[in-house]
Amino acid sequence: MAFLTLKGVCKGYGAGDQRTEVLANIDLEVARGELVAIVGYSGAGKTTLISMIAGLLRPDSGSLTLNDLEITAPGPDRGVVFQNYSLLPWLTVYENIHLAVDQVFLNWTPAKKQQHTEKYIAMVNLAPARDNRPGELSGGMRQRVSVARALAMDPQVLLLDEPLGALDALTRATLQDEISRIWLQDKKTVIMITNDVDEGIYLADRIIPLSAGPRATLGASVTVDLPRPRDRKAMNHLPRFKEIRREVIEFLLNRGAPQHHAVSRKLCLPDIEPEDLTHPRSRAARRGPIRRGEIKRETIEVDS
Amino acid sequence: MSASSPSSSSSSSSPSTSAIWRVRLQTWLLPFAGVVLVLILWSISSRTWSRNLPSPGKTWEVSKPYLIAPLAKRGELDQGIGRFAWYSLWLVAKGYAIALLVGTPLGFMLGRSKLFARSFDPIIQVLRPVSPLAWLPLGLVLFEKSQPAALFTIAICAMWPTVLNTALGVRAIPQDYLNVARVLQLSRSKTFFKILLPATLPYMFTGFRLSLGIAWLVIVAVEMLTGSPGIGGFLWQEYNSLIYEHIILCILTIGLVGFLLDRAMSAVEQRLRAA
Repeated sequence: MAFLTLKGVCKGYGAGDQRTEVLANIDLEVARGELVAIVGYSGAGKTTLISMIAGLLRPDSGSLTLNDLEITAPGPDRGVVFQNYSLLPWLTVYENIHLAVDQVFLNWTPAKKQQHTEKYIAMVNLAPARDNRPGELSGGMRQRVSVARALAMDPQVLLLDEPLGALDALTRATLQDEISRIWLQDKKTVIMITNDVDEGIYLADRIIPLSAGPRATLGASVTVDLPRPRDRKAMNHLPRFKEIRREVIEFLLNRGAPQHHAVSRKLCLPDIEPEDLTHPRSRAARRGPIRRGEIKRETIEVDS
Repeated sequence: MSASSPSSSSSSSSPSTSAIWRVRLQTWLLPFAGVVLVLILWSISSRTWSRNLPSPGKTWEVSKPYLIAPLAKRGELDQGIGRFAWYSLWLVAKGYAIALLVGTPLGFMLGRSKLFARSFDPIIQVLRPVSPLAWLPLGLVLFEKSQPAALFTIAICAMWPTVLNTALGVRAIPQDYLNVARVLQLSRSKTFFKILLPATLPYMFTGFRLSLGIAWLVIVAVEMLTGSPGIGGFLWQEYNSLIYEHIILCILTIGLVGFLLDRAMSAVEQRLRAA
């Protein structure tokens, strides 16, 4: 029996004419202790999907269950690492994480809560910055605080919404290693949203592509059976890596690609024919611009 | 400092003397020159087109007893300028407190509840531009005595910046912070004190500062109309007694006190920002 199940989940926004179906028929099963990466286009509905798993949004139809219990509201059993970190800027690193600990472990003594908070600050290597405010931290450090806060809640599922999206490539690599290391310690169930296929393959046990919107669906999941610990440099040469990558990208670019529609319109061209400057001016041309009215049919491709 | 630029060759030590003189110019000399210019214009005006306007010299002569003994009390309406300022400030403090106590929760409700906002926004927009001089008679009708009427007027005029800025601050809270509150399942009071209040504080303070400015403005008008002891009352009384020098003294005092109040608020704001 899967740990987290999504069945036939659909979500749309707007009403009547303006309605867009963002997600259609999402089916997902995640086993306990798995790290699943969902890869997709920007604006495809990845954040919508993760918000629904977190309980921040309700689906229009379909069901989401965690441990056979329906997900109806947000809670600390599903820790979320938001795309924009969402650290409270008037609290220090310690206080941000302590807020979560305080809220979840109500029966603990203050000393135990402090110890727990310090443990997670140390786990993300931020002990020197313990009393800094988020405004005094770099993007990578803020993200680590966000991860520490989510982990300190001891959630059943960890949801990462494009956690490394706002960082430069070099910091991303460092933080990918950190996430990998932290995950290996606890082996929590993690669902990670990313737009980087390589990142997904590097970190995940399974990688699932999400097609482009509207009406985005999940493609077939690809098991990443590369041995752990994974070496970024060596990985590039492994044939299995290339195979996985090709499969995922093939789905994203072909079957899951944004749909193009051909739109045909009648155009009325302007009334004056532009002068052709490459030809020597003939006597006729010296008379002045020639007026031509012309009706033309143009076909252009539009992203749906 | 690049060795190639000729302008920096004269300064061998840091900071350069030209920089020191520039700072002195901006901080002291230019403002001083501005004040001197205004005094000259004032002096010229009092000699030429406005004979009733007392000259700077005369103003100083007649105002001296009030300035030199600011806390003296010679009679009910003949006290040192410090005492008058104190009466006004005390009244402002009370009215301002009422404005904040009423305005801040109102602002919060406006920001949080769309229903509330839609119901009361038109009323607020209509009441906002009403001058204190129009509220005062209503206050007298409602409360009959001049002190409560004055407090009512100050409160209702000074309230609006607080209300609107607080509402703006609440609406401007990023959805992300509210999501954090939801994921952590924070209780309503915890959400308020730990997230809503700190996030709105900068906006609230802008409102507080503007409200203080308006409260100080209103007190003068109110005192003039009700004749209560204070700077405004003194001003109007001296106008009726034809001692015009004191009008100018009052104007300058009002301006100075208002400026100091604004500075004080600004300092408090900085303290809270850093904290």
